Amino acid sequence: MEDKRRRWGKFLLEVIVLAALFTVVQYLIATGLLNRYYQINLTLMGINIILAVSLNLINGFTGQLSLGHAGFMAIGAFASVIMTTLLGYPFMIGILAGMLAAAVAGFIIGVPTLRLKGDYLAIATLGFGEIIRVVLQNIDYIGGPAGISGISKMTTWPVLFIATVITIVVIVNMINSSYGRAIISVREDEIAAEIMGVNTTKYKVLAFVVGAGFAGLAGALYAHYFYIIKPETFNFLKSFDILVMVVLGGLGSTTGAVIAAAFITALNVVLQEYAAVRMIIYALILIIVMIYRPQGLLGNKELTRRSFDKIWSGRHVSSANK
Amino acid sequence: MSKKGFSKKVALLVLAVFMLAIVAGCGGDKASDKASDGDNKVGDTIKVGINCELSGAVASYGDNARNGALIAIEEINKAGGVLGKQLEPLVRDNQSKTDEAMNVSAALVDEGMVAQIGPLTSGAVAGSTPVMMENQIPLIAPAATANNVTVDEKADKVRDYIFRMCYRDSDQGQRMADFAIDTLKVKNAAIFGSTSDDYAKGLAKYFQEEFESKGGTIVAVEGFMNGDKEFRGPLTKIRGKNPEFIYVPGYYTEVSVLIKQARDLGLSVPIGGGDGWDSPDMVKVAGAEALNNTYFTNHYSVEDPDPAIQSFVEAYQAKHKKAPDSFAALGYDSVKLLADAITRADSADPVKIKEALEKTQDFTGITGKMSIDEQHNPVKNIVVIEYKDGKLVSR
Repeated sequence: MEDKRRRWGKFLLEVIVLAALFTVVQYLIATGLLNRYYQINLTLMGINIILAVSLNLINGFTGQLSLGHAGFMAIGAFASVIMTTLLGYPFMIGILAGMLAAAVAGFIIGVPTLRLKGDYLAIATLGFGEIIRVVLQNIDYIGGPAGISGISKMTTWPVLFIATVITIVVIVNMINSSYGRAIISVREDEIAAEIMGVNTTKYKVLAFVVGAGFAGLAGALYAHYFYIIKPETFNFLKSFDILVMVVLGGLGSTTGAVIAAAFITALNVVLQEYAAVRMIIYALILIIVMIYRPQGLLGNKELTRRSFDKIWSGRHVSSANK
Repeated sequence: MSKKGFSKKVALLVLAVFMLAIVAGCGGDKASDKASDGDNKVGDTIKVGINCELSGAVASYGDNARNGALIAIEEINKAGGVLGKQLEPLVRDNQSKTDEAMNVSAALVDEGMVAQIGPLTSGAVAGSTPVMMENQIPLIAPAATANNVTVDEKADKVRDYIFRMCYRDSDQGQRMADFAIDTLKVKNAAIFGSTSDDYAKGLAKYFQEEFESKGGTIVAVEGFMNGDKEFRGPLTKIRGKNPEFIYVPGYYTEVSVLIKQARDLGLSVPIGGGDGWDSPDMVKVAGAEALNNTYFTNHYSVEDPDPAIQSFVEAYQAKHKKAPDSFAALGYDSVKLLADAITRADSADPVKIKEALEKTQDFTGITGKMSIDEQHNPVKNIVVIEYKDGKLVSR
């Protein structure tokens, strides 16, 4: 009984915090305090969070090194733009089409490649990501290498915010469900999991499809904010950008992925004026983190209210011991 | 155990200090920017945004165009500036990405630029376009050649604030077709171009249209992908068709190898291409001999004896220890055109600059004398350059 009440209290608190965050930013945008430049980066931040959290499901929780995330993003972007700009359906349908198309692509690619392990899987997904890009480049209907331009801007702050929250909620809940336990067991020891009766292929494909679907969502949001999409934008370097966020945040930590995605986007903003040294500083930070914290900023731990309490009480205890 | 914990703490501390330093450094700079903003309102500089590809896939374009643009700004400032004010360049890197190009433009608008030079590629310009249109600030694209950069083809409307300094893909393809038929007097040709990008595809398309409309015959069409190194298969096929001319639109990385292989196969016919050929690497890779009897359309020639060109080439060489390529020249001209427009508008107001740019007549830059047409394209001569024993000679 008490437990249930506490859970409700926690849920309510989360809702209040999110609503407050939403309202504050909405207010800042409405009053013009947050100018176009910061709005663009806020959008990028949201999209990067979706990408990092969804890739983390595949790389961090399932332990399958995938390097083709940008490919799924591309499919989501192009599928949604075909629906909205070329066929004239509403944005909502575009988003759903983008997610669905990316998830289907994730399934088609996942079934054969997920038999592979480690490096082999990484190479196969890298290859598939590139195949997606090259195929898109050679379809004249979607503009070939020049891509599609003139996409109307429909990714507003409410849409972005809701999409980001839904992504995080769905993935966190999935991980905390029995599916999630099975997925994590695959990461920890595939053979043991199999002996225990876990259908490892099924769970690997499931994680892959869900991750790809949310990458498609990110692609759809991206396309409807930046006016133009072209296949070249979604090359393997984009996949690495996302991978860097996941590794930096800590493989297997959703809060880590969120923090790292936000941090890297913000870093980009802060360093924009120093074009020449930007990449050096960026790389240096990565190197330092990897040397001293190879498990990423948060490792596979989550940052929750309880961990704040822990840090607080821990300090309390240690100071008391002195 | 405790030692390990200690070293971890130290590492975290270093990282924290490092990041703090970055943030603090930036904060400081922002503050000083604000201060100079205040000065600007009194009015001593005109801010020109330079949104270039300084890193990423096409960093060399952006680098050279920026160098050219900065030389122009330096010259103008030395001569007393524009309307008695100095030009202040705000150089930013868009990482060769469309989204970052938009991001950079938004930041530059925020910093109070009156016009933007760049980006270089058509895709990045398209990324930057909505911000420029929304804020009514003119953009001069030094080298974006796609036809739809300045015109919204779907709505059939000119993009009011977008201008360009180079000719379009269509102009270039047509020029080479005219040159082949009128000057080289050939009657049939083969096309062997890159199919990886719209630039080369566009050139091939417009070349073919013009060539056929002038009574020529295209005997073979082959394609390669950017990054290819082996062209002998398609070249042998082309040799079988006995063309009198081969049109090879693409970039120097592939074209240089392609020409060498063509000559090795005994294809001695003239070969033509576009401004993507423009690089010192052409001679290095293909060799001077193989390049004899090849021609390409370009924006200007470094060898041109015109004093304005030579003084630019000298200034550039003194500063950067290399010859300026077309991007440098176009970047230079873009700034000069902007300065000219500000002078004619007698105002640094972006809307007035845009109106003056639209009215440009007979502006003389180092890439030729030009007027801006109603679609915001420059009307100017296209130079055809011939490789003669490794030297560039304009035809």
